[in-house]
Amino acid sequence: MPDMKLKVRPLNQFKLFWPLMVLLLLVIINVFLTKDFFVIEWKDGRFSGILVDILNRSTYIGIIAIGLTLVIATGGIDISVGSVVAISGAVAAYLIGGELVLQGDQQILVTRTPMAVAIPAALAVALVLGMWNGVLVTRWKIQPIVATLILMVSGRGIAQLVTNGQIITIYYTPYFFIGNGTFLGIPFSLYLLLAVLALVIVITRKTALGLFLESIGVNRTASRYSGIQERRIVFWSYAFCAFCAGVSGLLVSSNVKSADGNNAGDLFELDAILAVVIGGTSLNGGKFSLGGSILGAIIIQTLTTTIYSIGVPPQVNLVIKSIVVFLVSMLQSENFRALFLFGRKNAFARGAV
Amino acid sequence: MEDQTMLSMKDISKYFPGVRALSGVNFSLRSGEIHALMGQNGAGKSTLIKILTGVYKPDTGTIVLKGKPVQVESPEHAQALGIATVYQEVNLCPNLSVAENLLLGREPRKVWGISWKTMLSEAKKNIKEKLDLDIDPARPLGSYSLAIQQMVAIARSLCVRSDILILDEPTSSLDEAEVERLFLILRKLKQEGLAILFVTHFLDQVYAVSDRITVLRNGEFVGTTVASELSKINLISQMVGKDPAELVANVVNREKRSSGTEQEILNIHGLGKTGYLKPFDLSLHRGEIVGLAGLLGSGRTETAKLLFAAERATEGTVYKDQREVHLASPRDAIMEGMGFCPEDRKTEGLVGDLSVRENIILALQAKQGILRYLSRKDQEEIAQNFIKVLDIKTPNAERPVKTLSGGNQQKVLLARWLATKPSILILDEPTRGIDVGAKAEILQRIQQLRNEGISIVFISSELEEVVATSDRIVVFRDKKKVAEAEGSDIEEPTIMRLIAQEDA
Repeated sequence: MPDMKLKVRPLNQFKLFWPLMVLLLLVIINVFLTKDFFVIEWKDGRFSGILVDILNRSTYIGIIAIGLTLVIATGGIDISVGSVVAISGAVAAYLIGGELVLQGDQQILVTRTPMAVAIPAALAVALVLGMWNGVLVTRWKIQPIVATLILMVSGRGIAQLVTNGQIITIYYTPYFFIGNGTFLGIPFSLYLLLAVLALVIVITRKTALGLFLESIGVNRTASRYSGIQERRIVFWSYAFCAFCAGVSGLLVSSNVKSADGNNAGDLFELDAILAVVIGGTSLNGGKFSLGGSILGAIIIQTLTTTIYSIGVPPQVNLVIKSIVVFLVSMLQSENFRALFLFGRKNAFARGAV
Repeated sequence: MEDQTMLSMKDISKYFPGVRALSGVNFSLRSGEIHALMGQNGAGKSTLIKILTGVYKPDTGTIVLKGKPVQVESPEHAQALGIATVYQEVNLCPNLSVAENLLLGREPRKVWGISWKTMLSEAKKNIKEKLDLDIDPARPLGSYSLAIQQMVAIARSLCVRSDILILDEPTSSLDEAEVERLFLILRKLKQEGLAILFVTHFLDQVYAVSDRITVLRNGEFVGTTVASELSKINLISQMVGKDPAELVANVVNREKRSSGTEQEILNIHGLGKTGYLKPFDLSLHRGEIVGLAGLLGSGRTETAKLLFAAERATEGTVYKDQREVHLASPRDAIMEGMGFCPEDRKTEGLVGDLSVRENIILALQAKQGILRYLSRKDQEEIAQNFIKVLDIKTPNAERPVKTLSGGNQQKVLLARWLATKPSILILDEPTRGIDVGAKAEILQRIQQLRNEGISIVFISSELEEVVATSDRIVVFRDKKKVAEAEGSDIEEPTIMRLIAQEDA
């Protein structure tokens, strides 16, 4: 039925309409305030410029937001992702090793364990941490925000245990590729983000997983009574979310060439939640939009970059950020839009129906 | 009684985008009368009530209250005008005490804050006087049955000085004794001069208490009649918009079959859960309807949930087709060919925000597993098919299911299970809160499914319905199976006796 699809489509687009508008607005502001905002140069075999930098940096939050979108779709939340970023980076850095070995003037590349072991190990640790969250939420029925709060707090400790309370500096250059390298002139992290995004879109939309996630988020009991294995699905969404945070941890530690148990991934959980919400997925669970979450991550990074580049004093930049986030959230609210954009009368009708 | 018009609503119309909810409806209410508002789901009863209580504003029409034209701005305003409302769903706070619920916002005060002692005694007095109930006002409201909660909601609305009391299906969760008690109260309030607007789906109740009946159909005003002058069959025909003769032919009429000879599909042996339901035996045959009868809270729903493994049994064995099966979750039950329409459609059945299509294919998809995703085309085909076969009224299959009326929601649930081609269907109150027309349709559908060879466990609080529908009836009392009736024993008086009988 072609006419039916036509009816559904504009609605979906509408959902991303306001976040897109905000992004556009931010870009326009930058045109006036930021020098060379649109300039992309070819330098040292790679594209470089502010836009490229924004996209590159938005992958940290973007990849986490993908996993978090699934968790939020089930009606849950994961606030431990920032700590998992730190742990994953710490594990990778520890296994690769932090020694600078010189032979004459030449640096010799040494690792404690091969990188091919270190990376899967870091990701495996992240996955196990996610499974821990999943067990707390599904088996012991602890409220998600409390369950993941445990790891959020203890995770920082774990990360510092791994790094022995120090910042591990990585000297092993091949590892730098993940967060700094380029392929065909474009940052490798972007490929990674797109790969994860494509994978998750295929898994959720080409199998019934997406439907089940939404169904669980809207009505958990009804989903169980319909034969959906809700516990298993919720469990794996937490595991996958932490896995994504693990990938982000690799990107971050590789980019800054070090692992800082205390500060790596600091406040990432809030940015990731914001990205998901800005992207139009409700914290109540249910319908989710992966594309929206990525868009949200890009908006947040654009905002951060804008704040730095137009020279807002660092003391107030969180205020600016929260004002913009507030505006986006308001634009997402149907009641708010009805009230201020379409006149008062409609607001009541809509609110009532 | 003098003929004093308390409220008159004239030429009320209300339009929603794409829908005409009400057009040119007239309605009047006298003091000291009980006025029933009748109509099928979607007839506009709720819309009319919401206009009266200030939730919606009418697009046209006037409201005159005690001789003065008024505009009801909001539910709070309605209350200030003396219009008290009790909704179908109890909207009180189950975690607060009965007394707190009753007096919320009007707590008796002393110098430093609330006087809890006065509050308790006042609440107790209120409940005793107004409802003749003896309950402990200090206990949380949620610890009482839905029926008691409903009564407390009524008591609460009566604590405020009101001229008009609106009851939107107050009896849908009450058992007969409780309904009787409620009616006693209504009659007393009527004597005191209150104007009562009463919405219900139970026809007997309408005749038991109402003085006048107003019927709406498809948002239009059909008429207001004195109750004693309107026969039941005429009332139904007004509501449905069909000729009375046509309706009589539809009354369920079939011969009862003895079920013993048929092939046994399910055999339950000593299934029970400690503190939930005492162990019971039950056998179910192919193409048979077993009705579960009993009062509210007698163990009917509990039985259904244990059968479907929605609650995990602590003892007992289940044989499906002579083979022992272990049902640890609803999923296991579904894999064995079972389906379950829960009593509480909204919280346990429907996935409100998802579309009609998604709701219909949900169980089938779950049965098939995550990987074998039904193509969009298949999904649409299945949904369209059931929309047609079950006559589900929806603009299209992509509508969120929560926007449908009660009867159509129930059909969507039924469609969800029929799509899985079940051999056993457990239907807990499939006709609750839906209108006469849809009810008859669903009951007929149940018969048809039985004739197609599906075994059905049927639960309803309306004994009449259970008796008319079932081939065999199992009676529950106090979380325990107490009797089984078949053949000529399936009669209302017999079953009633079985339900009421005290243990010797």
